[in-house]
Amino acid sequence: MDRGLTLRDVTILKIGAPLLSLSRHIGPGEVLSVMGPSGVGKSTLLAFITGTLAQDFSATGTIILDGMDVTDAPAYQRRVGILFQDDLLFPHLSVGANLAFGLRAGGSKVDRQTRIDEALAEVGLDGFADRDPATLSGGQKARVALMRMLLSDPCGLLLDEPFSRLDTALRAQVRELVFARAKARALPVLMVTHDAEDAAAAGGDIVTLSPLH
Amino acid sequence: MIGRIVTALRSKLSTDVKTRHDHKSRCVLPVLPAITLLAMLGPVIAGLYGTILPAFGHLPAAGLTGPTLSPFYDLFDWAGLPRAVMLSVGVGVGATALALTIVALLTAGWSGTPAFRFLERLLSPLLSVPHAAAAFGLSFLITPSGWLSRAVSPAITGWDRPPDLLIVQDTWGLTMMAGLVIKEVPFLLLITLAALGQADTGRSAAVAQALGYGRLTGWLKTVFPRVYAQIRLPVYVVLAYSMSVVDVAVILGPNTPPSLSVYIVRLMSDPDLAMRLQGAAAALLQLALVIGALMAWRIGEAIVTVLGHRWIMSGTRGKIDPIVGGLALTAGIVCAFLVLAGIVVLGVWSFAGYWSFPDFLPDQLSGRNWMRFGPGTVEALGETALIAAVVTLAALALTVGCLEAEYRYGLRLSSRGIWLLYLPLLVPQTAFLPGLQTLMLNIGADVGRLPVMLAHLVFVLPYVFLSLADPFRAWDVRMGVIANALGARPDRVLWKVRLPMLLRPVLTAAAVGFSVSVGQYLATLLIGGGRVATLTTEAVALASGGDRRAIGVYGLMQTGAALILFALALIVPAIVWRNRKGLRYG
Amino acid sequence: MKHLAILAALIVPVAAIVDPNPADWDAVKAEAKGQTVYWNAWGGSTTTNDFLAWVGSRVSEDYGVILEHVKLTNTADAVTRVLAEKQAGENDDGAIDMIWINGVNFAAMKEADLLFGPYAEQLPNWSVVDVAEKTVQSDFTVPTDGFESPWAMAQVVFVHDTADMPERVGSMQALLEWAQANPGRFSYPQPPDFLGTTFLKQVLVDILPDVSVLSAPATDENYAEVSAPLWAYLDALTPNLWREGKAYPATGTAMFPLIADDELDLSISFSPGAASTAIANFELPDTVRTFVLDKGTIGNASFVTVPYNSGSKAGAMIVANFLMSPEAQARAQDPAILGYGTVLDMTAITADERAVFDGLDLGIATLSPADRGTVQAEPHPSWATRLADDWADRYGVAQ
Repeated sequence: MDRGLTLRDVTILKIGAPLLSLSRHIGPGEVLSVMGPSGVGKSTLLAFITGTLAQDFSATGTIILDGMDVTDAPAYQRRVGILFQDDLLFPHLSVGANLAFGLRAGGSKVDRQTRIDEALAEVGLDGFADRDPATLSGGQKARVALMRMLLSDPCGLLLDEPFSRLDTALRAQVRELVFARAKARALPVLMVTHDAEDAAAAGGDIVTLSPLH
Repeated sequence: MIGRIVTALRSKLSTDVKTRHDHKSRCVLPVLPAITLLAMLGPVIAGLYGTILPAFGHLPAAGLTGPTLSPFYDLFDWAGLPRAVMLSVGVGVGATALALTIVALLTAGWSGTPAFRFLERLLSPLLSVPHAAAAFGLSFLITPSGWLSRAVSPAITGWDRPPDLLIVQDTWGLTMMAGLVIKEVPFLLLITLAALGQADTGRSAAVAQALGYGRLTGWLKTVFPRVYAQIRLPVYVVLAYSMSVVDVAVILGPNTPPSLSVYIVRLMSDPDLAMRLQGAAAALLQLALVIGALMAWRIGEAIVTVLGHRWIMSGTRGKIDPIVGGLALTAGIVCAFLVLAGIVVLGVWSFAGYWSFPDFLPDQLSGRNWMRFGPGTVEALGETALIAAVVTLAALALTVGCLEAEYRYGLRLSSRGIWLLYLPLLVPQTAFLPGLQTLMLNIGADVGRLPVMLAHLVFVLPYVFLSLADPFRAWDVRMGVIANALGARPDRVLWKVRLPMLLRPVLTAAAVGFSVSVGQYLATLLIGGGRVATLTTEAVALASGGDRRAIGVYGLMQTGAALILFALALIVPAIVWRNRKGLRYG
Repeated sequence: MKHLAILAALIVPVAAIVDPNPADWDAVKAEAKGQTVYWNAWGGSTTTNDFLAWVGSRVSEDYGVILEHVKLTNTADAVTRVLAEKQAGENDDGAIDMIWINGVNFAAMKEADLLFGPYAEQLPNWSVVDVAEKTVQSDFTVPTDGFESPWAMAQVVFVHDTADMPERVGSMQALLEWAQANPGRFSYPQPPDFLGTTFLKQVLVDILPDVSVLSAPATDENYAEVSAPLWAYLDALTPNLWREGKAYPATGTAMFPLIADDELDLSISFSPGAASTAIANFELPDTVRTFVLDKGTIGNASFVTVPYNSGSKAGAMIVANFLMSPEAQARAQDPAILGYGTVLDMTAITADERAVFDGLDLGIATLSPADRGTVQAEPHPSWATRLADDWADRYGVAQ
């Protein structure tokens, strides 16, 4: 039970009224798909896990990541990666700088550059390090966003409907890539999605949330 | 508001041990909103207190004690009061409405077109011209012996003497309104463009056009409501300013009678101390008028909303769009022309030898005026720039700090809080600056640069906040979530992600703040005790003498001082983001 | 012994803040060295500003006093400032060290005990001031009592462009007739500007059969009767003014550009040499000349005064004294520089100094002292105040 992402008796409340409740364990390399109607609070659940819960919401319960209780830790210390629908690459940084942003401190400049180049090669974007993110295609941006997150060495990965902006052809490709990389690094993945196909492709358990009242 | 800050502070400090590292910024940041409000409101409240007492007859220095209503009776005895009030209200509301209409129609009909982009590029120079310089320029252009008249005389008009027409200082205040409109249009346009960037307008306009609406009507029906909600407060500020401006009123407004604000300044400077009571009463009246006008405008908004709904429901597609659009573009171009030509004519006067009607150009051009006034301007320029730079930096620091505190601790200003923020801009300067002068003396912060900077900060902060708040808040918060997830502390997120992405809005806010400081007159004069000489105080002092060559020199220097920063606000992002397509257009 | 030592220690600082005594001129000079004097003076005339800058360089050379010219739009602003400082208890080092002042402003400050002095008559150069012929000891009939020292004589002159108005007019009545024949070619600054108010006084002085009533304060009983002819005059004049009297130039100097623009043919000025100076500076065409009325025109003195709370009183006195020196007076009279009248008695100065005055080229538009006719006395300040207020009610609101 040590490795992986555990949600214990997590209840999300909106202005005091309970919204949803979840208690699950996601092992390393496993994918949990969370589905449910709009407004049930799926994205809020992710916000709770990343530590960026909005003003109106509160939550109870515990989050344990690789054996560490991170429920009260500040957002930047949780080591949970997240991918949104939009790639959200930092527009003022080059592709390489975007990737470098997440790299842990330490290592010589050369080492860091090597790791960035390796990450780019892993997703077939050799030589893109100095490119302007705005000049990339949708699929390329998604790949860079993924590698950026992976370079920060997270202990878990959250996906907030990450493929819904991509066209169908690209979708399968990127989906495949994300799951493969996550599995390769033995990361627990919690994916929120509307698309049954995504859930099916994930191949893990599916939880359908329903509102508590 | 204070209570919420304390609660947030307490809860944040008590819950978490691991966050020791943040202690430093934790302690300073949540308190910043309170400090900022104090810096802005303290002087205003103290100044008002220093005005309310005399208004009710209490002025110990003159041996008068209240309370009594006699200052108000004296005020209402003034024969010019009804006209002065009508002038203030009429010019204020008229200028604001006209400027807003021009800007709305211009944006509606032309946003995204090359013509609009041309006007956008003119915005910086237009905004950098201080109000007083623009007013001088306009007057030098349109008086019967002005440049426009000289251009067509005696060839077309046959005049060898200027006609005796009352244009500048006309009794209806139309010239004064024009002088305000030509400066408010660029200001409102800038604010609107900032709002456009946040309101996802391109797609709505495209959808409307696909549905068969004319370009202008489609934009007005689909985008304007959203945009207006964001520019509402700046519009109020324009309204309050137009109603209570002093320097433009002196230059372009009538003198028989003058507008209420000019009358107030006159009363407040009268050596007869009893007049000061009447001045204080008039100041309170001015305040009441501004409040009333704002409320009336609010009601007007509701009426326009109802009418607008009906208009939208009627489904008219806008057949006369091209005509209206053409008129709006003409109006926009005319405004820009008048400001720019005004600067040019200031320049010509600054180099003029003897120049009489109907010569279009001076008999001789010489650098004599610059040599005469030059050394004085350089000194004043240094003073102006120093004060403006320090004040702008302080305002930016406070603003960014407040906005970041709002983001991190949820200390959002309630809607009542927002009004407090704009209080210094809505309260007429003539109402509280003399009272503020007394306050500064009482605490021993007598004369000098520092009190003047503090006084300028009162006026610069709201503009900087206004300019920066929406772009700052509209920043995609998910970027912050991602940065946090990548392990970046909140401070790192601010300095390495948020602020760099907001470089253009930050520089624009700095330019706005800088030019507000450059253009301050009453604040520098009264709080500086006359020992702080900025370009504006020097220019206005010379203005009473009618020396156009001096006015030309100082007007150009004043404009240049503010233009530099607007130029930087344009150039620096273009250079820094030359390889970053995503940020090039803010 | 201990008590005496403590007393001595207390007395010394007290002595240091006692005001300088103008009679002990050496002590004044010693104290003034290194002081900065903030002279608040109207800044609306570039020629005056240049002159003040010259004064600054001279007092710095000779006495080590640093003079800063604080440019005012309105002298009343300085009065406001000193008043605010008194209100706040700032009694030792106010922002203002010297004010160029006269008339109503002086009367207000004197009455409110805001002035340092008396000092004027103890200044060394007072001995060469023309006390007999020139009104330097009373300011608009209010006795100065030594609280202000004079530095320039002003006299009302009319300025006309001979290209359009070849002949002078000899009286206010003649001016009215000329204006009726040439509407829109004359104006005067809007009261309460000091020159505009002076125009009102000038009309009254010229058309009243008995002007002695103006030397006494205006009373509720006699005001209406005495001022009635003025209002009748203005009722006839105003529709024939520039812009039909719906707008007025702000100040006297603002009228010169209007003459240059050919909008006006006739205007009024307080400085006999100002027109020549303006011609020399390309601000007026060289066809401009000046004249006075047959009965003469109003004249007064410009003074400087020192606020009670100035921190540089010794330095201010040095400057005040220098302003009365023959060197400064001659330079001020030179129309290429300033064109003001002098306060000095020509018989009291040395022959060399007199030669400087005689050698001045007064300028083509300046009347020689002999041609300036009688200098009429200023009415009591209360008349100016009432006339200005009444004017504002009657003509300050366009009909």
